Amino acid sequence: MENEGLNLPNYNIPEDIQNVVSITTLDRLYNWGRRSSVWPLMFGLACCAIEMIAAQAARYDMARFGMEVMRPTPRQADMMLVSGTVTKKMLPSIIRLYNQMPEPKYVVAMGACASSGGPFKEGYNVVAGIDKFLPVDVYIPGCPPTPQALIAGLIKLQEKIDKQSIKKVRWYQKGKVDPNYVPMPILGPDLIDVRRNAEFKQVAAQTAQKEGEA
Amino acid sequence: MTAPASTQTVDLVARFPGFVTADERPGNSGFIVKKENLVEVATAIRDEFGFDLLSNVTGVDYIAENKMEVVYHAFRTTGGPGLVFKVQAERSDPVEIPSLYDVWTGADFQEREIWDLLGVRFTGHPDLRRILMWEGFEGHPLRKDYKEAFFEEDVKPFKSRWPEGNHSYAEFKNPYRDNIKLPEGFDPDNYAPQNEDALYFSLERSTMDQGERALNTEHVVVNMGPHHPSTHGVLRVAVTLDGETVIGLKPVMGYLHRNHDKIGERNTYLQIMPYTDRLDYFNSMANNFGYATTVEKLMKIPVAERAEYIRVIMAELSRIQNHLIFIGMLINDLGSMFTPSLYAFEERELILDIFEAVSGARMMCNYFRFGGVVRDIPEDVLQKIKDLVHDRLPAKTDEMERLLNENEILIARLTGIKVLDAEQAIRHSVTGPCLRAAGVPYDLRRADPYSVYDRFDFDVAVRYNGDMMDNYLIRFDEIRQSLRILEQALKQMPEGPINSQKPQYQVRVPAGEAYGRVESPKGELGFYVVSNGKPNPYRYHVRAPSFINLTALETMCIGTKIADFVALLAMLDIVMGEVDR
Ligand code: SF4
Repeated sequence: MENEGLNLPNYNIPEDIQNVVSITTLDRLYNWGRRSSVWPLMFGLACCAIEMIAAQAARYDMARFGMEVMRPTPRQADMMLVSGTVTKKMLPSIIRLYNQMPEPKYVVAMGACASSGGPFKEGYNVVAGIDKFLPVDVYIPGCPPTPQALIAGLIKLQEKIDKQSIKKVRWYQKGKVDPNYVPMPILGPDLIDVRRNAEFKQVAAQTAQKEGEA
Repeated sequence: MTAPASTQTVDLVARFPGFVTADERPGNSGFIVKKENLVEVATAIRDEFGFDLLSNVTGVDYIAENKMEVVYHAFRTTGGPGLVFKVQAERSDPVEIPSLYDVWTGADFQEREIWDLLGVRFTGHPDLRRILMWEGFEGHPLRKDYKEAFFEEDVKPFKSRWPEGNHSYAEFKNPYRDNIKLPEGFDPDNYAPQNEDALYFSLERSTMDQGERALNTEHVVVNMGPHHPSTHGVLRVAVTLDGETVIGLKPVMGYLHRNHDKIGERNTYLQIMPYTDRLDYFNSMANNFGYATTVEKLMKIPVAERAEYIRVIMAELSRIQNHLIFIGMLINDLGSMFTPSLYAFEERELILDIFEAVSGARMMCNYFRFGGVVRDIPEDVLQKIKDLVHDRLPAKTDEMERLLNENEILIARLTGIKVLDAEQAIRHSVTGPCLRAAGVPYDLRRADPYSVYDRFDFDVAVRYNGDMMDNYLIRFDEIRQSLRILEQALKQMPEGPINSQKPQYQVRVPAGEAYGRVESPKGELGFYVVSNGKPNPYRYHVRAPSFINLTALETMCIGTKIADFVALLAMLDIVMGEVDR
């Protein structure tokens, strides 16, 4: 086995079983397994999704990183690649999909829109970045990011996975993982983030007060 | 093939004295119809004057005159210039205008859009719900007095962005520090969101008049999307099934509504150009083409000769890659996962290389400027284009045909399943390959030639059965015709400047209105721009072919099996960026 990432160096392996036996830590083995078969959710939002498809096609071939198995169902996916503009109308569906993904799960924000709202930030139906709702692991800049940039971002995600430790990861901690830990926003007169209800009330009270004074 | 563009204009005023007047505002054309007589006049326009295709319906909010105007653009499918008529209403609440749904079914979604974004209530519309925003959303965003949550100033460039050299964020100006805007005194705890009863009710209504049935089976409502691998993006469709047969269907969109019109109205003319790239993101060149043509029409400037050819070359290359992807994706939808689409993506990469070489970006080209294009084609890239057009693409198209066209499964799935017939297609304002596959040779490159298309020798691809097979094969025909155009364009392309104007950041556009349209790979792509002489357009509207073609989806699918639904949807070749804008 010639896997540099997996083999722990500085360990004395007798010469006759070198290349047959490999000594490593559990963390490394565990992370090696996960990082080499990240299954993205088959999920395209906008223009960026087209570059995502291009990255899977022959020329760039994401399969080289073990990421070609796009799953159409969130139940089988490890990674949500938010590829495009997140609109308010679409947001509840995205959150639902995210909540349905089993741990471990990662979120990659592809492109300017998913990272910050991008060119459409000021739009009345646009959420200025998916990170307002989901924990994003990697941001990929670009509009759209080229397939090379996308792959670079995914390699960054792999590096992040490499650094995780089985003892500390969120999903093995008792009581840490709430199955619905991103509450569903509500589509009301505008997008209502239920986590901020108290704040909304306060602002409403303030404006009422100001008006009373005036 | 089509009749030469007639110059004779229609005199509506003489036909309807008293309630039709000519629109005499500077830069405007067409007729203003009294709203009480709208349906009568529209019926005459369709039946007596032969304008069978209602291409575009849109609204303009003239807030200073306290008027709301709805503009209609009708055309003849035999070609020639169009007819513009408008109807005005007082800007009171609610603004009411009679619906033209019964005259042209193609008005269906467009009227719903105007209701959603401008708050014009169309009386007599059978299903007037919001279409892009959700039911319960507060306000009508395209009204001029609607201010977005991140509102800074009416028009760009914003002076407020750098007060005394300090940058500030839009978030800091909003009380919620976010892109939201809630009504005064809003209490989230006591709010009950409106659910989707309206949608399901409208589904029921479409299936109600089925009459007494011999066998009373239970109907099942199936919801597909907005996250579904075969809906080509974030389209959602609610289908009512009787067994396996589709008996009712409503598309639900707006999941990618990025407020293109509203943002466009605040941008300067040139700033809109990169936004058009993001409409139909497979064909940014075609979108640029449509927008540039429209504004040039408004500015009355010529386009540099060489640039015209460059534009045609880029638009046709873009059409080829679009159709290749269509073919690949269709076969994907039919169940043969990935292989054919990988073939298509291979060719697409080569075409994108050319776009990248001339414009700097693979997908979002932002390549056209008013009066020309932004950069010339370098010599080596020109050689690459020639190689592609003369050798590689024809050979690959042949290969694709050889691989697919005689496949038994493909033939069995596609042949004989009706998409649309000519009459239905025209009534629903369907344009593009779907209309031509139904036997109507309506291609704007011939019917209403723009740019230099009148100089090329090519045939309008047309097929007559209107079934899925014809819709599929016509894409191959169009690729071949595009290659013919490309060959001629490459041969005839003159030397010379690539822009008739000086490069400029701010263009001066005289007051007036213009409707420009091009044949995008998906159909008629139109832009309606109203200028009031300022650096920003007063009204900017996109007539998106994907959006309007979707109007026919219900008619296409009713009576077919649910298994064919995905393929039927693929036939329309929609792109959500354009559907939702
Ligand atoms: S970042 Fe650019 S390319 Fe990506 S979805 Fe947004 S607008 Fe489209």
